[in-house]
Amino acid sequence: MTKSELIERVAQESGLTKGRAEMVVNTIFESMTHALVAGDGIEIRGFGSFTVRQYKAYEGRNPRTGDVVHVAPKRLPFFKVGKELRERVNGRWTPSEKVEPSPRPTEPSPPKPSFTRRRDENLSEDVI
Amino acid sequence: MTKADIVDKVCDRVGGFSKKEAADLVDQVFDTMKQVLETGEKIKISGFGNFVVRDKKPRPGRNPQTGDEITIEARRVLTFKPSNVLKVALNSGE
Repeated sequence: MTKSELIERVAQESGLTKGRAEMVVNTIFESMTHALVAGDGIEIRGFGSFTVRQYKAYEGRNPRTGDVVHVAPKRLPFFKVGKELRERVNGRWTPSEKVEPSPRPTEPSPPKPSFTRRRDENLSEDVI
Repeated sequence: MTKADIVDKVCDRVGGFSKKEAADLVDQVFDTMKQVLETGEKIKISGFGNFVVRDKKPRPGRNPQTGDEITIEARRVLTFKPSNVLKVALNSGE
């Protein structure tokens, strides 16, 4: 689905003209963009949240040529899917949630080793 | 920023809506997106980014608290790939 298809569907279902629906949808994403540019996070309950992550400079490699590339420090938006949407996206694909009722292990843990911090979300970055 | 802030923006910028109407519309936009993503279809918002549903294969993993080996089940996850426009906007400030 593209943005214009989203606009059409919103127009159909709400009875708004396409022009008005377009203004609504554009305003939503523009205001989200402004928040992120200002460094603010966005939280949409049931959908997900966006945060801005700061990345330090690093030496990357062009995966095709193997050349070393200097990657400047940068800010990137990071999206974390909300609980409801995560379950809905996954829902019809695995037979049921019985295998994994909670996303994180919550069993009583004995001595508690020190590597809990490594449970970062996947910080995927483009190298090029 | 929360949904309420977005609703305020819609009221200010578009005009002609009550708060309630604007709130219903914003809900409708996100509900529509959820319905589409639930079917596995991706959503491309030009200037903002793409929401993509990806199938993950099962893989061996570990319970980080106990160190026990477990199998991470096959699942379907949602990823967001920011558009270049958004990435540039985030880095063109200072």
